[in-house]
Amino acid sequence: MSAPNKSFDPVEVTTLSAKALAGFVKDAVSAISAASNLDELKEVRLAHTGDRSPLSLANREIGALPPAAKAEAGKRMGESRGAVNEALAKRTAELEALRDAALLAEESVDVTIATGVRAQGGRHPLTTIQEQITDVFVALGYELAEGPEVESEWLNFDALNIAPDHPARTMQDTFFIGSEDSGIVLRTHTSPVQIRSMLTRELPIYVICPGRVFRTDELDSTHSPVFHQVEGLVVDKGITMADLKGTLNHFAQAMFGEGIVTRLRPSYFPFTEPSAEVDLQCFVCRGASVDNPDAPCRTCRSEGWIEWGGCGMVNPKVLVASGIDPEVYTGFAFGMGLERTLMFRHGITDMRDMVEGDVRFTRAFGLGV
Amino acid sequence: MKVPVSWLREFVDIPEALSGREVSDLLLGVGFEVEGVDTVGDVRGPLVVGRVKSVEELTDFKKPIRWCHVEVGAANGNADTPGIRGIVCGARNFAEGDLVVIALPGTTLPGDFTIATRETYGHVSDGMICSVRELGIGDEHDGILVLPAGSATPGDNAFPILGLGDEVMDLAVTPDRGYALSMRGMAREAAIAQGISFTDPGTQLAQLPEAGGSAVQAASDDYQACDLLVLRTLGNYNPAAPTPDFIKARLAAVGVRSISLAVDLTNYVMFELGQPLHAFDADKVTGTIRARRAKKGEVLETLDGVTRNLTPEDLVIADDARVLSLAGVMGGAYSEISDATTRVVLEAAHFNPTEIARMSRRHKLSSEASRRLERGVDRMLPPVSSARFAELLMAHGGATFEGTSGVEQAPNPIVIAFDPQLPGRIAGHSYDASNVEKILMSLGCVVDSSKSLWSVRIPSWRPDLAAAIDLVEEVIRIDGYENVPATVPTAPAGRGLTELQKLQRRAGLHLAGRGLVEVRNYPFVGVAEFDALGIPANDSRRHAVQLANALSDEQPLMRTTLLPGLTGALARNISRGFNDAALFEIASVSLLSADQSATGVTNPPRPSVLQRPSATDIAALEALLPEQPLHLGVLLTGALKPAALGVKQTPVTWSDAIDIALALGIELGVEIEVATGDYAPWHPGRCAALSINGEQIGYAGELAPRALENLGLPKRAVALELNLSALLAAANVVASAPAIWTFPVAKEDIALVVKADVVATDVMKVVRNAAGELLEDIRLFDVYEGSQVADGHKSLAFALRFRAQDRTLAAEEVAAARQAGVDAAAKAFGATLR
Ligand SMILES: [Zn+2]
Repeated sequence: MSAPNKSFDPVEVTTLSAKALAGFVKDAVSAISAASNLDELKEVRLAHTGDRSPLSLANREIGALPPAAKAEAGKRMGESRGAVNEALAKRTAELEALRDAALLAEESVDVTIATGVRAQGGRHPLTTIQEQITDVFVALGYELAEGPEVESEWLNFDALNIAPDHPARTMQDTFFIGSEDSGIVLRTHTSPVQIRSMLTRELPIYVICPGRVFRTDELDSTHSPVFHQVEGLVVDKGITMADLKGTLNHFAQAMFGEGIVTRLRPSYFPFTEPSAEVDLQCFVCRGASVDNPDAPCRTCRSEGWIEWGGCGMVNPKVLVASGIDPEVYTGFAFGMGLERTLMFRHGITDMRDMVEGDVRFTRAFGLGV
Repeated sequence: MKVPVSWLREFVDIPEALSGREVSDLLLGVGFEVEGVDTVGDVRGPLVVGRVKSVEELTDFKKPIRWCHVEVGAANGNADTPGIRGIVCGARNFAEGDLVVIALPGTTLPGDFTIATRETYGHVSDGMICSVRELGIGDEHDGILVLPAGSATPGDNAFPILGLGDEVMDLAVTPDRGYALSMRGMAREAAIAQGISFTDPGTQLAQLPEAGGSAVQAASDDYQACDLLVLRTLGNYNPAAPTPDFIKARLAAVGVRSISLAVDLTNYVMFELGQPLHAFDADKVTGTIRARRAKKGEVLETLDGVTRNLTPEDLVIADDARVLSLAGVMGGAYSEISDATTRVVLEAAHFNPTEIARMSRRHKLSSEASRRLERGVDRMLPPVSSARFAELLMAHGGATFEGTSGVEQAPNPIVIAFDPQLPGRIAGHSYDASNVEKILMSLGCVVDSSKSLWSVRIPSWRPDLAAAIDLVEEVIRIDGYENVPATVPTAPAGRGLTELQKLQRRAGLHLAGRGLVEVRNYPFVGVAEFDALGIPANDSRRHAVQLANALSDEQPLMRTTLLPGLTGALARNISRGFNDAALFEIASVSLLSADQSATGVTNPPRPSVLQRPSATDIAALEALLPEQPLHLGVLLTGALKPAALGVKQTPVTWSDAIDIALALGIELGVEIEVATGDYAPWHPGRCAALSINGEQIGYAGELAPRALENLGLPKRAVALELNLSALLAAANVVASAPAIWTFPVAKEDIALVVKADVVATDVMKVVRNAAGELLEDIRLFDVYEGSQVADGHKSLAFALRFRAQDRTLAAEEVAAARQAGVDAAAKAFGATLR
């Protein structure tokens, strides 16, 4: 490193001439553009802007210039360095972009091979449909009521106005514990939960009761000795059959889509009076398949309606057995089979699929139906 | 019930244009579910009655052939012989002058066989003389169907005569409407459905001739069980008299086999009017026919050939010598109508429905008669139906009327006080009083509407109408359920799901989120499954609720543990090629207390249903039942994660089962404590006992090799079962916010050498307690057994994290806390620092 030239008289310095500086800049810029990677560029930067670069060396001479010439030389030098730095910055950005692109290309993988590394769990659709239905009614202000599966015969039958000689009580339908006289059964429907609700809850009562029930049917593609129902019960002042109908329509729409309605047909259940069968308007064809052989519907077998469940106004005898005055309160109840609902809603063709616990079946439903 | 449309039309006007399907739709609207509509016989085209005019035997062929001329009357004939057709026929069981059924050219018989004029055996055969089999209406005989002489005219359409082409509706009748198990009852409903008037055949007593003999006398010893018994005695019956074809056809359509005229007529009248009837051979009857209780030791051979021991619980029809029948359920063999019977005594009675239901159940005998009687039959029908039978037996069996006898105890008529506003209040839709009255009258009620509270007298055929609400149902039903509007009632503000209900969902979501698949197994188990699992003989899980009528003898018990069901589901998955399976089930189990019997009690409480049961009654009912907590069961085998490229599959181990329990505890805000356990079916050396605050809630770990081998499951399968109800009850649903201390953490590792049988979590607890509140966290990160430590020893390496709330810890403070932990472990377990 040389010291400022003080012994010299001010003289013209050739390296600071415009022409010389332009030459340095030109050399630098062309070397910068020629750099093909960041390492080469680093070399170029040191050669053309480092301490020993022509521009740096020329810069040192400025101090030796007469004061009148210093300003102009300084300005020229600034411009020259600016031009070189600008070229450097531009080339750096270009080369960094190239380097990054090359790196990404080099690191790329076949992302499709990652498929399936996560264990897939699932909840049984019978569980999740119970939850889904419960949520529809909880949103209406109902509460979820529960009861035991091994149940007293009194709650399962007597209190529901099912007389001791009713055919449903025979061993052909009902699982008895111990003997036919033990007074204990596997509940044949979720209706004892109605009685439990009326015995334990404050009036008015608005409850939804899903659960497992039992009948002595052998397992086949449409029957199972263990199956599931959901039952709704309302007991309040001034409850009417119109309320029942409106509630069922609301339920149908929540489960099957806007505008779907239900139809009631006269029927008989000991615990309701009047009693009705509930038909669901076909949610697939909405009735368009009826008498239309060109567009048959598998879901409703081109009937337009699907049998869904039973319902009715709570029989006054049932209210009395639960200590509720039928002159003051009326109520309605409805019940549906959940296996059946799942079968027509999700196209399940064999009851056994819901029973056997095959992981493929449950996984298909994920965490909810 | 099968209802031929033509039979129904006999009692009610139904527009001719309506098809069977349309008629059944009408009935659907008033509450009869349609199971199907079938057409009798698959015959189309010109099928007519013919009379055989001449028969010429053709003998030039290998078999005898007849060349017949048949008179077909108005059904046309050949151009040159009006009204006559020439037909070649191979059968021989008919003679000149017989009435036969002719399929004219263009008729299609079953099997899509269309008759055409054709040349055969040297003649032009212009139709076919039909057999029963060819018509598809029976296969009793191969020969030509010969109609009774004088029963038809040549040229008549043969369809109605043979019941062909009639549509038969199959309708479901609910148990409350026994009256509808007859053409009479269905006709009334069809009239109501159409809003037209109805003439009830059940109230029209046939005019019988003067009695011309000595009637068998009737008696009832038990008016509570049989309050009406009518006997009609008929003589000179021709036991060979055939049953008319139209009756045979109708019985076939409703599914009853033809036996003999007298028996066929009992069935015919039962289907027509609804009254079960029983015909006895009067010559086999000794003295009086009476309804009475059976005596102990009496036996009866019923028509099905079974000899039945009777008890005083049975109601029988008997004469002075013996029991003749099981009242209303089945007749006896001794007095059965035979082909030698010439005198018939017909019994028509009204029985208490409960008596019939109980007998039918006791003897496991259900008949068309018992099915009607146990639902309740019109109390006024026995005289009418028995007269109808007598009329028919005289007309078709040549019988003469010998006389009637009967006994009865008349019941009081049922009158219901009825507020005509009530249907409107129940339906939520108002009904005109005049409409209500009209509907009640269409049912057969007698209505006195002069006061604001009406008096409604119930018709004898509707014993199901017993209270005002029953009339309400009828009004709403007949006016039409479709007229009821739809409204949604406003429930009071609900509290939503309970915490336990929400937590149960969360548990299921958590487990499925960890990759477990939910199954829902049957709750039935058997001793063999307990044996396979190696559950000890005195284990309380073997004290299980026992079914009286299990579907399988192998599984007569209700589960006390979820493991049998889970192992079954796992085995099914493995057999289908899924060797990596992670299953869970959330379900209740039935746990009996030591003093509860597996078969329940002998005298269960039966509170009255006429009022709310007392608190004592309710408690007694609850005491019958086992405790039924929710359990969670988990069973894992193979790898938890499926195989994939570049991912090493690690098989599940005992620790995965414990981990699932602990993670669920964390999800629910419960700290589950793990201790060494020993509980079948777990591997005694790899079993963790799980508890919350000292209360045992379950077990987790690897299953015992013996149990896995017994069950045919892969080695090293692991399981968890815990009392989910207990876990949910302990859940901490409102978490407290933790103090987030921000001063720097100090980390220390220690390795403690202890005897191999020392439990790691015990060591960890001791160190944690001794290290004091500066210890933020302690974690076991390595267990070493080998050459670096003494025989029978292991090294437990713990990572400790220290932090203070208010300052950066000094090195001496950390060292002191660490040393306190080491010292405590040394004291408690003889642990030495490695
Ligand atoms: Zn459809």
